[in-house]
Amino acid sequence: MSVTATDVAVLDDPPTPAAAGRARFRFLRGGKTRTGLLILAFFVILAVAGPWLAPYDPDAMSDQLLQPPSSAHWFGTTQTGQDVLSQILVGTRGVLFVGFLAGILATVLSVLIGVSAGFLGGAADEILSMLSNIFLVIPGLPLIIIIASFVEDTGDLLIAAVIALTSWAWGARVLRAQTLSLRRRDYVEAARATGESTWRIILFEVMPNLTAVIASGFVGTVIFAVLSEITLAFIGVADISHWNWGTVLFWAQSNQALAQGAWWWFVPAGLCIALLGTALSLINFGIDEFVNPRLRTATGSSRKVRMRVGFTPVARTTAPEKTAPGFTPVARTTASAAPGPAEEPESPGTPSKEHSA
Amino acid sequence: MKYILQRIAFYAITAWAAITINFLIPRLMPGDPVEALISRYQGQLDTSAIASLQALFGLEENASIWSQYTDYWSHLLDGDLGLSFTFFPTPVGEVISQSLPWTLALVGITTLISFLLGTGIGVYSGWRRGSWLDGLLPVTTFISAIPYFWLGLIAIAVFAVKWQIFPAAGGYDNSLVPAFDWPFVSSALYHGVLPGVTIVLSAIAGWILGMRNMMVTVSSEDYVMVAQAKGLSERRVMFSYAARNAVLPNISGFALSLGFIVGGTLLVEMVFSYPGIGYQLFQAVGAKDYPLMQGVFLIITLSVLAANLLADMAYALLDPRTRKEA
Repeated sequence: MSVTATDVAVLDDPPTPAAAGRARFRFLRGGKTRTGLLILAFFVILAVAGPWLAPYDPDAMSDQLLQPPSSAHWFGTTQTGQDVLSQILVGTRGVLFVGFLAGILATVLSVLIGVSAGFLGGAADEILSMLSNIFLVIPGLPLIIIIASFVEDTGDLLIAAVIALTSWAWGARVLRAQTLSLRRRDYVEAARATGESTWRIILFEVMPNLTAVIASGFVGTVIFAVLSEITLAFIGVADISHWNWGTVLFWAQSNQALAQGAWWWFVPAGLCIALLGTALSLINFGIDEFVNPRLRTATGSSRKVRMRVGFTPVARTTAPEKTAPGFTPVARTTASAAPGPAEEPESPGTPSKEHSA
Repeated sequence: MKYILQRIAFYAITAWAAITINFLIPRLMPGDPVEALISRYQGQLDTSAIASLQALFGLEENASIWSQYTDYWSHLLDGDLGLSFTFFPTPVGEVISQSLPWTLALVGITTLISFLLGTGIGVYSGWRRGSWLDGLLPVTTFISAIPYFWLGLIAIAVFAVKWQIFPAAGGYDNSLVPAFDWPFVSSALYHGVLPGVTIVLSAIAGWILGMRNMMVTVSSEDYVMVAQAKGLSERRVMFSYAARNAVLPNISGFALSLGFIVGGTLLVEMVFSYPGIGYQLFQAVGAKDYPLMQGVFLIITLSVLAANLLADMAYALLDPRTRKEA
């Protein structure tokens, strides 16, 4: 199957440089991740403080009908004179709450199923992988729509549960593959030989090495959950008395905002969704690049080098390019490698130096 | 051959699981949705409709869950999906068979275009890493984070309301009678442009990213270096050596993302009032037309499974390793 970033993860684990203690959070550095985290923090603040920041009551009608954005109403007003900005501010909480709750539930499910499948092996693995493969191919969105519309009371909790129930499979599959590659490692065997219990091995030997994969799965599920929940609100399946960005779009659509040219009614909500989604994807790219250094986009000094076949530039931030033209260095990982003999190009005949794993 | 048989067995089990889920959902729901529906329709529901509803929710008296289950299967095998309320008394099967071709055409054509285009761009941007094409990545990330339906709304606002270049809704000109002639086909194509472009734009980012990442991984493989060292032209190395191997995961990823794309297409249809299966689902949800909803879910799932099977067969043709195991 696909050899994605996460599959190579454990193999390419970069050696930790001097600041070993902070190494686990290294993926938090880098421009992409930081941008993503900043945007996410912005929305989290809105989610917490939204109802207090909102200048108007989102339900309150006024005589300012369908006004374009102005200083009194930054995002304009709806057909019944409600303030769009207030609706969006108040709705942020619901969006993030459902997104993160669904993400957490789905991640717990996927860790339980994926790691046990990978670690236990045998018949348990067969059954659990079959289960996750089945959930993987059944189209999620229609299933969510069907379940949600059968239920009478569609509150945020229920929507989050339904989304989690239909979206854990991808994470479980990736985790299973990772666990499979980990469970025969020497250090796991050593732990087993010293008589550690299976649960202890899973929790303390295997899980820490899955952190990046679990994090990336979590972020991915949150993206999916946010999109699904907004979709449910938009098509009117979720409870529309509860504000979230999808509800704003639902009212815009059912009041013919498009035909009336009221772009301010649906543009802000969509842009918020896109911004939040982009922020989460950026964080995920950061995690992916942390796991698989090959994916890093060239920045800074290495930008001058034209990427060529066989050339594996790996996040080289300090050391200048010293390689002879046409020569292809392989898998050089440490960014802080001291310039000196180690930087001399090896002749193609000699075995290339491996970094100590 | 063994590989294909395994896949067929897997999809058969999945289909069984989907059908069983479909059977169980109404029965697991709390409350009495039938009463709610009857009062909602205020006596306009036929007795036969009420009977079929009670069968759907498993509220028939003196019928065990097992006999309900076997009944459900025998109806299903007869192609009987119940009666739709919104189009009463049209059978659900008929409603779906009218709208299915629209969805199949829309999904089929747009998926093909976005796969080819996205993979192509991914090959180039993965090969020439660090070129201006990398600047495209944030843009595609942004676009892929936009929900399909919102992109559709924007497309309507700009190209149908503001500039009135394309129609805002429908699958063909209402003055035409559906037939396989030029005026109808051209009208259908014309109406399909906006929904199609929306889907391609939303779906393409995933292909670009996947292909780029695979190209990056593959292009540092030894055989690519050897091909380069032999002095083959860059084009040849890029397509026949690197891209050829990098495309495999993209094809198997194709199968997995299909469900997602179909879900997105349903939304685009809802926004554009496109006469496909997604729009039917939208109407069914609005009217709480449970038989139609369930029928739509079943058909969507079965079609996705069939498409997955096709993708697996294509994969077996392309990747000799899967055949060797047999």
